[in-house]
Amino acid sequence: MKGPVIDWEALSPLIALVTGACVVLMLGLLRSGFARRQLVPALAFLTLGVTAGLGVWQWGVNTEIIERSLAIDDLTLALTMIFVTGGAATVLLSWRSTAAAEAGEGEYYALLLTSILGMVVLVAAQNLVVVFLGFELLSIPLYVLCATQMRREHSLESGLKYLIIGSVGSATLLYGLALIYGATGATDYAAIAEAAGELTGDVLFLAGIALIVAGLAFKASVAPFHQWTPDVYEGAPTPVTGFMAVATKAAALGVLLRLFDVALIGAVSTWGPALGALAVLTIVIGNVGALGQSSLKRLLAYSSVAQAGYMLAGVVVSTRLGVQATVFYLAAYTVMNLAAFAVIVARERESEAGDDISSLYGLGADRPWLAWPMTISMLALAGFPATAGFFGKFYLIQASVDNGYGWLGVAIVVGSAISLAYYLRVIAAVWMRSPSEAPAGRAGILPGGRPAIAGGSAEVAPERSAGIRRRQPEVVFVAVVCTLATIALGIYPGPLFDVARDAGQAISSLV
Amino acid sequence: MTVHLSILLFWPLLLSLLGAFAPRAVAPLFALVGALIPLGYAVIMIVDYEPAARGLQYLTDDGWIDELGIRYTLGIDGLNLWLVALTALAFAASALWIALRPPVRAKLYALHFGIAETAVLGAFLAQDLALFVLFFDLMLVPFYFLLGQWGGPDRVQAALKMVVYTLVGSLLMLAGAVAVAVLSPTGELTFSLAELRANLTGEDTQKLLFVAFALAFLIKMPAFPVHGWMPDAYRNMPLPVLAVFSGVVSKVAAYGFLKIALPLFPAAVEDWQLILLLIGLCSILYGSIQAFTQTNTRLILGYSSVAQLGFIVLGIFALDESANGAQGALLQAINHGLVVVPAFLIVALLAARSGGSEDIRDMGGIAFRAPLLASLFLIVTLATLAMPGSANFVSEFLILLGVFQSKLVIALIASTGVVLASVYALRLYIRSMHNRTGVAVTSFELSLRDAVVLVPLVLCIIAFALYPQRALDAGEPAVRSAVAPVTQPAEQAAAAEVTP
Repeated sequence: MKGPVIDWEALSPLIALVTGACVVLMLGLLRSGFARRQLVPALAFLTLGVTAGLGVWQWGVNTEIIERSLAIDDLTLALTMIFVTGGAATVLLSWRSTAAAEAGEGEYYALLLTSILGMVVLVAAQNLVVVFLGFELLSIPLYVLCATQMRREHSLESGLKYLIIGSVGSATLLYGLALIYGATGATDYAAIAEAAGELTGDVLFLAGIALIVAGLAFKASVAPFHQWTPDVYEGAPTPVTGFMAVATKAAALGVLLRLFDVALIGAVSTWGPALGALAVLTIVIGNVGALGQSSLKRLLAYSSVAQAGYMLAGVVVSTRLGVQATVFYLAAYTVMNLAAFAVIVARERESEAGDDISSLYGLGADRPWLAWPMTISMLALAGFPATAGFFGKFYLIQASVDNGYGWLGVAIVVGSAISLAYYLRVIAAVWMRSPSEAPAGRAGILPGGRPAIAGGSAEVAPERSAGIRRRQPEVVFVAVVCTLATIALGIYPGPLFDVARDAGQAISSLV
Repeated sequence: MTVHLSILLFWPLLLSLLGAFAPRAVAPLFALVGALIPLGYAVIMIVDYEPAARGLQYLTDDGWIDELGIRYTLGIDGLNLWLVALTALAFAASALWIALRPPVRAKLYALHFGIAETAVLGAFLAQDLALFVLFFDLMLVPFYFLLGQWGGPDRVQAALKMVVYTLVGSLLMLAGAVAVAVLSPTGELTFSLAELRANLTGEDTQKLLFVAFALAFLIKMPAFPVHGWMPDAYRNMPLPVLAVFSGVVSKVAAYGFLKIALPLFPAAVEDWQLILLLIGLCSILYGSIQAFTQTNTRLILGYSSVAQLGFIVLGIFALDESANGAQGALLQAINHGLVVVPAFLIVALLAARSGGSEDIRDMGGIAFRAPLLASLFLIVTLATLAMPGSANFVSEFLILLGVFQSKLVIALIASTGVVLASVYALRLYIRSMHNRTGVAVTSFELSLRDAVVLVPLVLCIIAFALYPQRALDAGEPAVRSAVAPVTQPAEQAAAAEVTP
């Protein structure tokens, strides 16, 4: 018997992540504070840098490795870049955070790297079994990461909630994968694609698709499977929330792209309209849900639901243009969302209001280096011109109209119109309110209105007292870099279009 | 191929960005220099413009985003020449006003002011539909900040209302613009207005897409049923900003009808003509009635703008054979801008003399101690009510002439708007300047720093009244070609075949 031939070069980004995760985990066991607090994050950052470098090296190779179970093509690598960007920002935001300190730095960063590894496996998967493998590898570290602020009730609640709901999602997905296997007799994408064309009326097959959609919708927080999102986002440590909003979303949409536009493309007439309806529902529910939120993390959670709806439109149109638009929007969404989360991290550490919107009051006058990133990020998420968000929406609308899904374009536009009401509320808080307008008596109360549990959180209690400002250049750095990227991509998006085009061409089953 | 339009376009933005890093005291000066150079450019262009030449002048055409088919195309034609000049003038006057009365947080103020000028100029200059939409949407951002941060008591709510209202239209237009390009039978994806004009979309598509564009423009104007954001925004916006906002931004919408809606959707325009004429008519009547019942001077001017823009809509959709209506509309757009900018600045002066109140019930008798101010205001008032001899008279006459030729009944009703205009304009003038002196009024003459802003503006009104012909000459061929696809579809098609 002969084992599978492995293309080590193509596999190298994955190897880098595994090695990095192991080394970081081991180093975290050292007693030296320097090693744990400085060396471990630095190594995690380095690992992500190496992964990105290997990804650039493998760009354009477009190969399928390990018995065609993983496709290391430009789509995988483009999404890997997004995961790595999200991961690197998270490392910077977590450096010196209480979440990493309480959970143990080694474990924290190793889990982060493992989760990214799972994401890469997931979006590279060419086989149903590998899909599930990647899905679990991505999810399980995240369940733990959500609960890493162990002294905060909310964080534990968030981790538990995510674990339970995530498991339901996994089970649903697994059931769906099993039904697809039952209907087609194959786990390989290529073989499923061959069989799919003749199975459009097959109940087993359709049930399988429906369950897969539901399972992945949990992860991408597509309505009506989004209910966990606000709670989990709010409770999780903010750097982790940022990571989930960006990287997990990219992974879930990446697997949707490959699964539906490669394996199930033959049955597009059955799932196209259904997925389109889900996209519209998601856009509406996400945008309407965000309207009344006063917690910034909840607001961004609903906003991320809505944004998932926009990007789902790119999957639905099932053309190469749709894939490109989705990848483009994912990249744009990554930088604009990370800027917002960086600002929230900074404000959580220095204001008493936590992640409440009132923590931003007076920011424009006091802290221009935080105020502008928040402003640009919100304008970009709303799709204003001269930001990456404008061309992202433009591209998605174009892809929708191009393949006869004009109504999806209209849904995106209507969703954006609703979204203005809450994005502008954040901007108004930054520029048009003074700190004296903040609701009084929030000290000692955690976001959500419940008192801190005994012992309090180290992050809540000492740092927030009397608004002590700790220098946190790395957080401001993330915010400013992401903001500059948002504007640069809004003025000169050419390079990102090239990346998106390469990614789109990796899916050869589309026109 | 020339770089001049790019300098004209981005100069205000560049200067305001530099101003953001300059010391606080000189930031308004950066805004002023940022606004004066485009004004100089505009004057040179007006002198230099050749009305006889066909096509765009100072054409700037570069690839920008090939994947989306968006090109960086700027150009000047008879349609936008004078509107660009008006924009430059309005912003220069307002920047001078601001430089002489620095607001708080002047650096940010100057930054947003510069972005606003670049955005408005961009919308006028763009010859690529996507570029136009981009600048049209961008325009809103600086005005949102200017209103929300430096406005009156209800500024935050007013700013939110303004943005949500107007962006609903703008976003629909964004979707419409993408659809025009994708569905147009050009073969390859392009947003070039010239290309799209030559390759119209199908008739049913045109009818749908026209609605998206018309809605965006009507909200921006604002016209009668969709003007809901206007009162709050006008009540709260700082006056120098309101002057440019009312003077220029609403003109972008009027320009959009002539530049984009008529040429790209001729089939739809025929269907929608009557509806739009009625909207114009309602705007005239409703705006006029509101203008002579309101007591807040800002709202009187605001509703009078609704009425004047009603005239513009009327003129654009008169669609008479010789395009009189559309020419009148273009001229009226310039006239209204010229009149409303000094009018809002005068409101600031009136408020300074009536104990801070902008209500005409608190004014009165201001003229006695301020004869120069009174005469300037009188000229502005007479121009507003389209006194024979003013350029506004010429433009309203042309508009009504155009409508008479196509829809007689509407023209008859609309002509009452001319009478109503004299009622509200004179009421504003008399109640503030004459009548019994208000309780809190302490009138004093125009100071030098107000005069340097107002006198040139009023001189422009007079000069334009004496010689509107130059603008009409420059505009005529462009306006005719804008209206031609609707009024002479057959000839247009023939012309398109000859010159591909």
